[in-house]
Amino acid sequence: MPRRDDLESILIIGSGPIVIGQACEFDYSGTQACKALREEGYRVILVNSNPATIMTDPETADRTYIEPITWQAIEKIIEREKPDAVLPTLGGQTGLNAAIELHEHGVLEKHGVILLGAQVDVIKKAEDRQLFRDAMEKIGLSCPQSHVVGTLEAAMVAMEDVGLPNIIRPSFTMGGKGGGIAYNQEEFRAIVTRGLALSPVHEVLVEQSVLGWKEFELEVMRDHADNCVVICSIENLDPMGVHTGDSITVAPALTLTDREYQRMRDWGFACIREIGVETGGSNLQFAINPDNGDMIVIEMNPRVSRSSALASKATGFPIAKLAAKLAVGYTLDEIDNDITRKTPACFEPSIDYIVVKTPRFAFEKFPDADSTLGSQMKSVGEAMAIGRTFKEAFQKALRSSEEGYIGLGLNKRDPFLNGTPPSRPDIDEHLGRGNSRRAHYLRYAFRAGMTLDEIFELTKIDPWFLAQIEDLQRTEDELRATSSLHDLTDDLLRRAKREGFADAQIAAVFGATMLEVRADRLRRGIKPTYKLVDTCAAEFEAETPYYYSTWEDECEARVSDRPKMMILGSGPNRIGQGVEFDYCCVHAAFALRDAGFETIMVNSNPETVSTDYDTSDLLFFEPLTAEDVLNIHDLLKPEGVIVQFGGQTPLKLAKDLEDAGVRIIGTSPYSIDLAEDRESFAAILDDLGLRQPPNGMARNADEAVEVTRRVGFPVLVRPSYVLGGRGMMLVYDEETLVRYVRTGVEVSDDRPVLLDRFLEGAIEIDVDAICDGTDVVVAGIMEHIEEAGVHSGDSQCAIPPPTLPEHVLDEVRRATIALAKRLNVIGLMNVQYAIQNEQVYVLEVNPRASRTVPYVSKAIGVPIAKVAALCMSGTSLKEQGITEIPMPVHSSVKGPVFPFDRFPGVDIVLGPEMQSTGEVMGIDPDVGVAFAKSLMSAGSKIPFDGGTVFLSVKKEDHEAAVFIAQELRRLGYRLVATSGTRKALDRAGVESDLVNKIHVGRPHVLDLLTDKKIDLIINTPTGRGCRTDEGQIRAASVAHEVACITTLSGAAAAIAAIERIRTRGYGVMALQDYFAN
Amino acid sequence: MTRSRPPALLALEDGTVYRGTGFGAAGDSGGEVVFNTSLTGYQEILTDPSYKGQIVTMTAPLIGNYGISVEDAESDRAWVEGFVIRELSTIPSNFRSTEDLHSYLERSGVVGIEGVDTRAVTKRIREQGALRGVVSTTELDADTLVDRARAQPTMEGRDLVQEVTRAREGVWTEGVSEKVFLPSPGAFEGPVFDLTVVDYGAKWNILRNLTALGFRVRVVPASTTSAEVLASGPDAVFLSNGPGDPAVLGYAHDLARGVIEDGTPLLGICLGHQIIAEALDGKTFKLPFGHHGANHPVMDLATRKVEITAQNHGFAVGEALFERGDVELTHRNLNDGTVEGLRHRERPIFCVQYHPEAAPGPHDSLYLFRRFREELVRHRT
Repeated sequence: MPRRDDLESILIIGSGPIVIGQACEFDYSGTQACKALREEGYRVILVNSNPATIMTDPETADRTYIEPITWQAIEKIIEREKPDAVLPTLGGQTGLNAAIELHEHGVLEKHGVILLGAQVDVIKKAEDRQLFRDAMEKIGLSCPQSHVVGTLEAAMVAMEDVGLPNIIRPSFTMGGKGGGIAYNQEEFRAIVTRGLALSPVHEVLVEQSVLGWKEFELEVMRDHADNCVVICSIENLDPMGVHTGDSITVAPALTLTDREYQRMRDWGFACIREIGVETGGSNLQFAINPDNGDMIVIEMNPRVSRSSALASKATGFPIAKLAAKLAVGYTLDEIDNDITRKTPACFEPSIDYIVVKTPRFAFEKFPDADSTLGSQMKSVGEAMAIGRTFKEAFQKALRSSEEGYIGLGLNKRDPFLNGTPPSRPDIDEHLGRGNSRRAHYLRYAFRAGMTLDEIFELTKIDPWFLAQIEDLQRTEDELRATSSLHDLTDDLLRRAKREGFADAQIAAVFGATMLEVRADRLRRGIKPTYKLVDTCAAEFEAETPYYYSTWEDECEARVSDRPKMMILGSGPNRIGQGVEFDYCCVHAAFALRDAGFETIMVNSNPETVSTDYDTSDLLFFEPLTAEDVLNIHDLLKPEGVIVQFGGQTPLKLAKDLEDAGVRIIGTSPYSIDLAEDRESFAAILDDLGLRQPPNGMARNADEAVEVTRRVGFPVLVRPSYVLGGRGMMLVYDEETLVRYVRTGVEVSDDRPVLLDRFLEGAIEIDVDAICDGTDVVVAGIMEHIEEAGVHSGDSQCAIPPPTLPEHVLDEVRRATIALAKRLNVIGLMNVQYAIQNEQVYVLEVNPRASRTVPYVSKAIGVPIAKVAALCMSGTSLKEQGITEIPMPVHSSVKGPVFPFDRFPGVDIVLGPEMQSTGEVMGIDPDVGVAFAKSLMSAGSKIPFDGGTVFLSVKKEDHEAAVFIAQELRRLGYRLVATSGTRKALDRAGVESDLVNKIHVGRPHVLDLLTDKKIDLIINTPTGRGCRTDEGQIRAASVAHEVACITTLSGAAAAIAAIERIRTRGYGVMALQDYFAN
Repeated sequence: MTRSRPPALLALEDGTVYRGTGFGAAGDSGGEVVFNTSLTGYQEILTDPSYKGQIVTMTAPLIGNYGISVEDAESDRAWVEGFVIRELSTIPSNFRSTEDLHSYLERSGVVGIEGVDTRAVTKRIREQGALRGVVSTTELDADTLVDRARAQPTMEGRDLVQEVTRAREGVWTEGVSEKVFLPSPGAFEGPVFDLTVVDYGAKWNILRNLTALGFRVRVVPASTTSAEVLASGPDAVFLSNGPGDPAVLGYAHDLARGVIEDGTPLLGICLGHQIIAEALDGKTFKLPFGHHGANHPVMDLATRKVEITAQNHGFAVGEALFERGDVELTHRNLNDGTVEGLRHRERPIFCVQYHPEAAPGPHDSLYLFRRFREELVRHRT
């Protein structure tokens, strides 16, 4: 059946900000869906609050709404655009939940809008634990024994039945949010209580534990003619007990006989049919008992997911694109396979390589968080690698994760190479518990002499995988038994390369450098070959140039004689380096392709648009290391390589690449270094007559104290060369400073700590500018809402700057232009300034793409990453017709989104270390409304309609808090405050009620929170940490989903937003209309 | 472990030589080199008699992971002439496994070679068509092996059925069992039918499924004549899968014609389907590199539904057969449009090119066994 002609326009719901469990894979799938539906001639309307996405580019959809993904905002969009249908299955859990809310509030019915992909009853049947279980029982499929409960009392009864340990899963949350594994009653009570609070329907499932069973996933597609296919099977290396998002996973499944695999496939189809997913992709999870093959269905997601993005990249089969086409009526056999272009999409991909995905964690950002992996996802990103064997793909994946490893062991800090090997108890502990370093501990265990059986007993990881790790140890032994690089045989070197050992690992064995090993290897004629990802194991010719490296006989790469540009991507998402950089890389690819270059994308992150095979002309799914990039460079010899769009990942490679003769285009790595180097940078500022906060550098604690005597407290201290404020701290006294330098960070002669006088009460601003080497255009000036000291990535900010006078902005512009010219910037530059008493201080300059590029592009209506890419490839700003970018008349507010709900008990205070995972944007003609939209989009539960506000601020803030309190009272809020704050309010005549601090006695503030008697917390911290009174209050606000504002400037902005919304409400407007002229 | 194994070579008739490491039996073996794209099921492939005369290259790179399980055999021995893979697992990991792949092949006398760029081999076959080849662990001179590859007989014109069929007739009684993860083809009502299966190299899972669906299965050698087959008065005759060129099996065409003339319902799978086509005066032809895998989309032209099928054939039935009107095309391959199933409009004759019994492969087409049965029930009444 061809496309439906009864539909004219379709509304696609995006997934909103990047959070743990829902990342840029939905930008990839949403973008594909928009393209696919427009190709079919539908008018596509999009709603998504996340500006750092390709899907919200004005070219992607016909009508683009950067608005909150709430049913109220979506109803306004529906009223304006009158779509015929809503497609909710491409926006993750957010999309599905929005669809259910639209249905439940009667919006769909009222406006005569139908749902495509999955109906509400289907979504409920798949997502509601009890309904799902009933459905599976009906068709004879086993599920774990379980009970759905709505109260703690009922949960205790359920626990009696399923026993301990058991698994608690809240209904309708994603990424296992709020769930956990309980080993004892105490944990059980805690997790159930949290889960009930976090489930939107206040329901959790108490489930029998199948810890240690093997875990599998299937990506299944179905069309409305009931044709079903499996796109990809995935096996988790970590057995049941670790969330699949946190597991190392492998495609295809490797340890199942055909009979076991086909039974799983049969169950998958039975399940999707019974649940009633009409069209599209679904993800199913299974567990298999390794002792007898018993199988159970764990869960099903009736939508595209993180796993389907992985499956698409792993097979070349574009699930989201197909899901969109199936939703509008096509059947699988009517759609061509994009890769072969000869055969239909109605088939099951066969792959002739192994794909390994490794999660990327951010525990270093949350030192108080429990790093044990369980049923709740904690990773913030992932890397994928492709190889012809598991061993090769596994080592490539480990070096793609960029966590300091270059494979399995044999790096500089390998304790089995230089250092003290871990103790047996340490190894046992890391094997027995899911944790982010378990893969490396498997190697330690073998090297420490443990047997495969012993390791299996502790980990329950399938012996097949353990044997693979053991194989790698044998090769490592052979390498280490070789006395020198000179004595290494060609045969062993080739075998090591085929098993995924990096040149750098081999270098570590022989005390050589990576470049030396590389040169030696090339002399021997040992080079990688490139193979195609073609969906069909070479049975048909592939048209799509999607490559991976491996070490085989035949290289399949087709090299044209067109001029080429290589763009290095940003690798796995992490805090501080997320989808924003992928956005920039994609824009570079688009711009350079339009400029006539053949574009080459190199990246290792399967969630991204950059690794979609039609984003660039040639896609290399490879680790971002110097070796891997140089190998591709050897093959393709591009005109230039772009390193400034992918964040720190490619920048770190710049020096090695230049040394090896690669031409890096745009701002030179030398200039980037110049800006990073404190001394040379200070000289430049002096030269330009620009101010910077008094500062210094210290190589030890004594030097640090000396610096503070000169610059004064408070100081901001941080290690050099970091992104996202890693290890940064605001220090008010000498004692803390000494402790920080001695124990907090790595300090050495070549890694000094940097100290800056902290400008209290200053306003921070960010500026993004573009320079072509001659002219400079200031693209966006962003004023931070939070005062200086909060990491710019965690701060809310607004364009245009709401409070800064024009003469200050002019000075900022002048300074920016001077800096760009002086640093010989070609491409993008980001500058951070602090404004104190109308004095402009330069905080730092990064002559590269910054995190704010997509937000600025959306706010000003100019795609600045594209403009910059063209500057870098030789088209001047003048030639592009861009000489000035006017300040927009509407307001755009960027808001951060934090993962605190994933790390129970962690204090949520903002500081110089970045902690947010994603961002939202509120855009409106009115700045107050834009701010309100940003709050709504970020999921902040600001009580716009009134309620009780708990106020507790530090002494220095008492005076300012009075103003906040008066405003709140004027807006009709009831106030409760702790003794100190209340006294200050009393003195000013502001009415409030007293509430006990925690240590004073009950009932205290936590009791009020638990009883839902507080709707908003305003708390400025005096100290930090989850053990302090205030830390506990802030942590509890997360558990109880009460909005908590920790800065007075944030509170003032929120009040302005509340007042605007109360008096004027809000409207919605498409991005295309903001820039209609 | 793999290190102590001997070097081995795969040589093709076009002069290409691939180097690797031997496993399984030592020796020297030739045949037509084909590739199979199934991700699972190497044991079923090794024991499928239709691979007689062929060296099989697996496109899935990691083989041997789950060892060998007694229940998963498709016949009583391995038939492939050689086995070409990228990497052999050092251990088998499955609770049912009783043996590792290396030992099994060694015991079965099959020469294996690992470490080969199997994707390069596959691409070569795709581009040039199936090629004759030799695998060897004993002769390591490339030129000698290329000569031996060229000396191999071509598949066209080869009767390999004689080498795989059974010597004596027998009765098959094993059905399917969920205990070893075999799906049931469904429940049945009504009579038990007497079915004579002509063994051209029958896969056991065909026999298991027929038994499970209420057929009393008698299996007879390929040389049995139609008169002998019909003498026992079976309710239907089934022609099995098998190796080699269908065009040269005159005795099989005769048997099929005899059954057709008699009016006894005639069923067939794979080679059986090709024999039926030949008996109906259709023609078969050699495909460039055949269909060997578990992901081939086939459309049932009556329902327009697509099933993902297991396939293993180097020859196919030509279209001319359908021009004269008495034979109907029932199934078509969506990848290359070739014939996948037919039925006679007036007579009780049904057959498919692909493998509804799967083993290895998807179970989408199990319904065909039920359809066979329904056709028989209808024929009776």
